[in-house]
Amino acid sequence: MISLSVNGTPQTVDVAPDTPLLWVIRENLAMTGTKFGCGIAQCGACTVHLDGVPVRSCVLPVSAAAGRAVTTIEGISNEQGLHPVQQAWIDQQAPQCGYCQSGQIMSAVALLERSPDPSDEEINQAMAGNICRCGMYGRIRTAIKTVAQSGVQQFDPAQVQEVQNG
Amino acid sequence: MGKWTRRGFIGAGLLTGGALVVGVALRPGQRAPGLAHLVTSGEEVLVNTWVKISPDNTVTAIVAHSEMGQGAQTALTQMLADEMDADWDNVAFEEAPAEDGFANGPLGHGFVAGNTNFPKVLMPTVVGTFQKLTEVMHLQITGGSSSIRATGVFGSRIAGAAAREMLMQAAAQEWSIPVAELSTRDSMVLHEASGKQDTFAHFAEAAAQFTPSSSPSLKSVDEFKIMGTSKPRLDIPAKTDGTAMFGIDASVEGMKYATITAAPVFGGKLDRIDSSEAEAMPGVVKVVRLEDAVGVIADSYWQAKQALAKINIEWSKTEQDLQSSTGIFAQFDKDMLADKEAGESKTDIEMGDVAAELATAERTIERTYRVPYLAHTCMEPMNALARVTDDKCEIWTGTQNPLGTRYEVAEALEMDAENVTVSNHMMGGGFGRRSKSDTAIQAAKLSRASGVPVKLIWSREEDVQHDHYRPAVTSTFTASLGADGKPTAWENQFVDKHEPAEAPHILYDVANQYVHYTDSPTHIPFGAWRSVDHSQHGFFTESFIDELAYEASTDPYEYRRNLLAHKPRHLKVLDDVAAKAGWSTPLGENRGRGISLQESFGSIVGEVVEVTIKSGEVSVDRVVVVVDAGFAVSPDGLIAQMESGVVYGLTAALYGEISIEQGRVVQTNFDSYPALRMDKSPVIETHIINSLEAWGGAGEPGTPGTAPALTNAIFAATGKRIRELPVSKYEMQEITG
Repeated sequence: MISLSVNGTPQTVDVAPDTPLLWVIRENLAMTGTKFGCGIAQCGACTVHLDGVPVRSCVLPVSAAAGRAVTTIEGISNEQGLHPVQQAWIDQQAPQCGYCQSGQIMSAVALLERSPDPSDEEINQAMAGNICRCGMYGRIRTAIKTVAQSGVQQFDPAQVQEVQNG
Repeated sequence: MGKWTRRGFIGAGLLTGGALVVGVALRPGQRAPGLAHLVTSGEEVLVNTWVKISPDNTVTAIVAHSEMGQGAQTALTQMLADEMDADWDNVAFEEAPAEDGFANGPLGHGFVAGNTNFPKVLMPTVVGTFQKLTEVMHLQITGGSSSIRATGVFGSRIAGAAAREMLMQAAAQEWSIPVAELSTRDSMVLHEASGKQDTFAHFAEAAAQFTPSSSPSLKSVDEFKIMGTSKPRLDIPAKTDGTAMFGIDASVEGMKYATITAAPVFGGKLDRIDSSEAEAMPGVVKVVRLEDAVGVIADSYWQAKQALAKINIEWSKTEQDLQSSTGIFAQFDKDMLADKEAGESKTDIEMGDVAAELATAERTIERTYRVPYLAHTCMEPMNALARVTDDKCEIWTGTQNPLGTRYEVAEALEMDAENVTVSNHMMGGGFGRRSKSDTAIQAAKLSRASGVPVKLIWSREEDVQHDHYRPAVTSTFTASLGADGKPTAWENQFVDKHEPAEAPHILYDVANQYVHYTDSPTHIPFGAWRSVDHSQHGFFTESFIDELAYEASTDPYEYRRNLLAHKPRHLKVLDDVAAKAGWSTPLGENRGRGISLQESFGSIVGEVVEVTIKSGEVSVDRVVVVVDAGFAVSPDGLIAQMESGVVYGLTAALYGEISIEQGRVVQTNFDSYPALRMDKSPVIETHIINSLEAWGGAGEPGTPGTAPALTNAIFAATGKRIRELPVSKYEMQEITG
């Protein structure tokens, strides 16, 4: 039995400790927003936050998340509305097939929390781990910059977790 | 064709069966029971099978194309809603189910007949003919950049306009007012003189009693309200919050997970396996031996994957066990030469007298180009969920070809297609890969073998090693130049011709042309890859014309211009892209610009790529695109498709190579088969020309011109000509040297 917090909700799962967090999220917890893309931390589709830091859940054993806080794409918006990064994605019409976008958004949210007004080079570094085969990099970059410029990166994911728990 | 019937137009909540409106024609048949689930409440009215009107006056377009991010569903909905005068804020869409009624005749017409313009009076017949053809072929394919130019032009617009006329007829009847005095606006029928007005929903049931016109009056471009505007894509919000349902997200009660490994050498069969260790592993439900693959079904994907790795598998020997990329290209050379010497190659184009011209020419130029096999690597690995019982098979997957999947699964299970259903989902990338049904067939076999619902998920390694690849191709050219530097003869021989037929044909004015090809089959499975044959021939022909420009000591843009006097539409695209890119503005040291011009899938695309060579690396800085797709139904959608097509083309040109050793694919995952990433992605600027000529496609035409514009730019920067892709094969010293 492994206990962890996912989007603020305590969860206990009965899986082998080497099971990648990705499959626990998708199969045991039935939250399918986090995607499988490569299985070797090459594409970023499975990106979630572990204690606020973006990680590739396809290679992270669930045992490494025990007792820690995991945030997935389902955990960044709430009844009051979308996360500003999500809204920027819609405003820029960033997704095409959309499959990589959960991971892209989670990487972008982490970047903006760490660096509210990132340079192009910071954006490159933070986002180069996320492949988009539809090639929407230009729109993703623009979306990140619009969030930075509007100053709404003050968003506090902890508040979302409270709302969801409530 | 049978007798036209209007039995497809049904009363409230009831599907009594019969005809379907497809394109401009009604089609007889008794297939409507399969459509019954489209009407989810007793009060909804299915006006025709492409439009549904709900009691709350929501107009729902039923779209016979699947969504892989190309925005087709939104664009087709725009086309239908505009012709219908629907209120866009109250418009929705649903994807059509995998029923023969939606087999796309318009696609068949658009794809098979290319860009032939049929006289309008013949259109119903032409569409009818292709409807029959595609019905037989079970086509409901999203491919060939056909959604707007075929289904939309010949289907959605007509269906919307016909529905509008039927609603007006119903209003005319109820109000006893001549139809000519009525108008429509925002999902309402109005009579301005009396001030009478009511909703489409009010008239929907009565409208369903009228026979739709097969040639309703369509709006002219200046009457468009929804077409030509960049409506936010209807599928996007769900793609930002994790709620979008892809095939891999489907689930049913009691579902188990599976993964699979197929014979590494294509054509290999399972010889024997030792699965004792795997079968004892936790969670393993069953190890299934298929003819050419081994699947493991378990309680979780991870357990299935772990167990599969513990199975010792021996595959049968095949004649291809020693085949390699080197061997395949050597085979192409040998077969092409043999054909050429024996005069046995197949003629594609023959104009003038190339042989005579080359024999007497003062100067001939010969070049050979090669491209490798390419995988699609859709972001979403191949997957399908199947639930097979004694007499029924249900499939949940994301497919470009739901109807084909239905028939192929039925055939594989030796089951009546009536008993197979396919529930389509969003696709995490398609690019042609998801026109194949191989994964769904495997899932169905695993479910049948185990008696449980099985969600089969391929590993990325399986995806890279068992694709249906863009073929490897060799193409050789010989041209002669006249005193003015223009080509006087153009001879081109290549291996294997697929679709579209016009892909190898050049736009340029060359009097003597001989284009021919040699069949040189290999054991590597091939399939459609974004832009299909244009992806290779665009590189070949636009590289060779660039080389001729250099040999003629002429600027490559000017050289192309001088050969396009007969094609003003193409010339405008070329001129515009050169102007937008600032073609004549000098670039700094180690920098270069390359240009290309392509026509594919009914759209003309000019591209200029700018590169910088620094520290022995190619940096793609900027790509300028000009596209003439006739009319941009959704300008932002067209721009997005150009951006996407360019990046897909750049990934392939820079890195893309599937190589074969010992009969099998060498590459395995994104580490050995890389994709372009954010940090290497150029600025892309797209400009649209609405020429109002025949409407063209969007999903593919951005791709073919990218590789040649890139390699032409590298040549401009370095003087090194890249004749074999990918660019990454070249030592950087070679490029900079």
